[in-house]
Amino acid sequence: MDDFSNFISHFFSPAAWTFLKTLGERLMSPIGFLIWTTFLKSTILLGIILGLVSYTVYAERRVSALIQDRLGPNRVGWQGLLQPIADAAKLLLKENFTPKNANYFYFRLAPKLVMIPPILVLGVLPFGSSLFGVQMTIASINVGAIYVLAISSISVYGIVLAGWASNSKYPFLGGIRSTSQMISYELSLALSIVPIFMVVGSLNLNTIVQYQVEQGWMIAPFWPQGMNWHALLHPAAAWQAIAAGMSLRHLLLWIPLIISFFIFFVSMFAETNRLPFDLPEAEQELIGGYHTEYSSMGFALFFLGEYTAMISGAGVITTLFLGGWSLPFIPDGSHGWVWGLINIGAFFAKIIALLFVFIWVRWTLPRFRYDQLMKLGWYFFFELAIVNIFLTALILTYVK
Amino acid sequence: MAFIVNRKKLTLAEKLYLPAIFSGLAITWKHMKRALFGKGIITMQYPEEKWDKHLPEWYRGAPTLVKDETGRERCVACQLCEFICPPRAITIEPMEIPDGSHWRKVEKKPRAFDIDMARCIYCGLCEEVCPEQAIFLRKDYSITGLSRDQMVNHKDKLYEMGGVMNGLVIKWNEKK
Amino acid sequence: MQLTLFWFFSLLMIGFGAGVVVLRNPVACALSLVASFLALAALFVTLDAYFIAIIQVLVTAGAVMVLFLFIIMLLNLKAEERRRVKLSAMLGGGLIVGCFLELLSSTLSTSPLFSQPLPPLTEPVHSDVAMIGLTLFHSFNLPFQVIGVLLLVATIGVVLLSRQTLK
Ligand code: SF4
Ligand code: SF4
Repeated sequence: MDDFSNFISHFFSPAAWTFLKTLGERLMSPIGFLIWTTFLKSTILLGIILGLVSYTVYAERRVSALIQDRLGPNRVGWQGLLQPIADAAKLLLKENFTPKNANYFYFRLAPKLVMIPPILVLGVLPFGSSLFGVQMTIASINVGAIYVLAISSISVYGIVLAGWASNSKYPFLGGIRSTSQMISYELSLALSIVPIFMVVGSLNLNTIVQYQVEQGWMIAPFWPQGMNWHALLHPAAAWQAIAAGMSLRHLLLWIPLIISFFIFFVSMFAETNRLPFDLPEAEQELIGGYHTEYSSMGFALFFLGEYTAMISGAGVITTLFLGGWSLPFIPDGSHGWVWGLINIGAFFAKIIALLFVFIWVRWTLPRFRYDQLMKLGWYFFFELAIVNIFLTALILTYVK
Repeated sequence: MAFIVNRKKLTLAEKLYLPAIFSGLAITWKHMKRALFGKGIITMQYPEEKWDKHLPEWYRGAPTLVKDETGRERCVACQLCEFICPPRAITIEPMEIPDGSHWRKVEKKPRAFDIDMARCIYCGLCEEVCPEQAIFLRKDYSITGLSRDQMVNHKDKLYEMGGVMNGLVIKWNEKK
Repeated sequence: MQLTLFWFFSLLMIGFGAGVVVLRNPVACALSLVASFLALAALFVTLDAYFIAIIQVLVTAGAVMVLFLFIIMLLNLKAEERRRVKLSAMLGGGLIVGCFLELLSSTLSTSPLFSQPLPPLTEPVHSDVAMIGLTLFHSFNLPFQVIGVLLLVATIGVVLLSRQTLK
């Protein structure tokens, strides 16, 4: 290594070389290392997510077309794969129109506020185990799970503001609907994951994923730690591992966890304004709701914000219930960088599968009526979530 | 009189929505699987595939002028179509048929006959009102142009598109 | 680093707090209150009190202020009229604020409690979430439950009252 650096140093003037050397030292010092790895992780994650967003839009159009026996966009590039680029170019080149009586400052602020929260959520999601010893979470904070809830609770501001600042009736109705809908479903969203905190005993998303690596996924707690490479080659070991996962407590806890998965999943639909809960932007009644008055990039930001929220929502569901980056038989990143990459791939594969379910549901179910939506939230999910918490507490206390 | 609709009492399964949701998902899944392998897709890839052969007899495409078997322009420039056309797409400039012409007794024919296809709404009123069976809506539907001028069909173009139509009422034959 | 962040966020908070008073549009006021809460949460984060920071965002910014905004929008409050500033009222207000500040500073500077340096915090045994849980349910269990009952009573009262107006 020293020979190598000596060799390299010939190419630089002494001053430049000392500068490079101190720079290198700075970068390898703990704080420097933290800063540049975090920066790198954020950039790459953001890049992946934004790419995913544009292709989710494409997937939405293709899948909806297939479901309705149509073809969908298939002209731009092979099978229409360049369609997102064409869309982006179109939206960028359009006129960015502000209605005369709109409140200019807030009208322009709103789309940005819609885009920011879902990206903030990504900051705490463990999107991989570790790569070269660096943990694949941008910020592993000890209150990750409620951080997610807090951020999703402030994501309503963009929509409300858009509805108010447009100074027009349909956006206003959309904004009002979205506020009441989000407040109602936030409750069941938050209460539904309390059982997970009780079972795991931590609010840190990394710990929650680690628990699932050791005890099996929340929705399928069947493969405790024994399910590794070794078990694949020796079926007897695999059986042993499965049997170990079959304890009474484990199986009983499965019931409340499935219920909370169900509530969380449905509330996620309501939080991201997806059909069957897309009342804030019901096309038929509200002409698009809160983004009726927007054009060009303003509209694009709403659109992208919605899909980013979908992706980070899918990421949260994956992390909390579907084992995060873990797959049975696959070791984590400390066993080599290949495994680290596979873990990251597993995380995104799970997200994509969930996104498909989101799209599939959207093109199957009709929209709820507004009072039905509120009733469902307040009379059913809210109660169910509370009962679920008590159920978990009972099992945790009495079944050892 | 008040009329009370007796709603069916829902069973538990119906009240839970869930079975209905899952059966709906199964249906859409089936459609998607079929469509994924290219079966059951009803989309036509427009410029390559066309529905032309299946257009019905009464299809209302672009309005055109026709000639009859004898090769005579059937339009007598009565301008009825110009007056009835709701969006005023037709502009006619009549002229007298010169002395010595075989069809002198018809007296008038159009010197210029323009139909602005940027205005035409394909309503078919011109065809209906024409006393001479001279204007017909044919099956051309893909009318494009890069400027407003290009969208105007002049007389030659209209005759070219309309061509010859047989079996029409012959009013101006020799005997009369 | 800590100090710069502290100054940055506290100035932000004070700025937005002033906005709540100064701005005329009620929606703008509500939004600057939200921003000020967010800055407050950031201050908590600089103190490593993540839980309180997040709860601050979740409860005040995410729930209470959304309801505020909701109601402001529903009532369609118009922007405040510009009022003439009365000199006497200004002077009176200034006097009261001055007295209060004076009192505060004299108390802070004379009280023996604030003159001696406090012992440094011990490393916590648990994470701050667990610590808060322990404090609430161990040391202050009874008051906590009583408050819970109080809130329940208030909720039931609200439901009853709104029912009656419907009839
Ligand atoms: S079809 Fe209707 S609109 Fe078109 S030229 Fe004839 S009368 Fe006018
Ligand atoms: S097309 Fe028919 S209606 Fe029109 S001017 Fe000629 S004869 Fe008259």
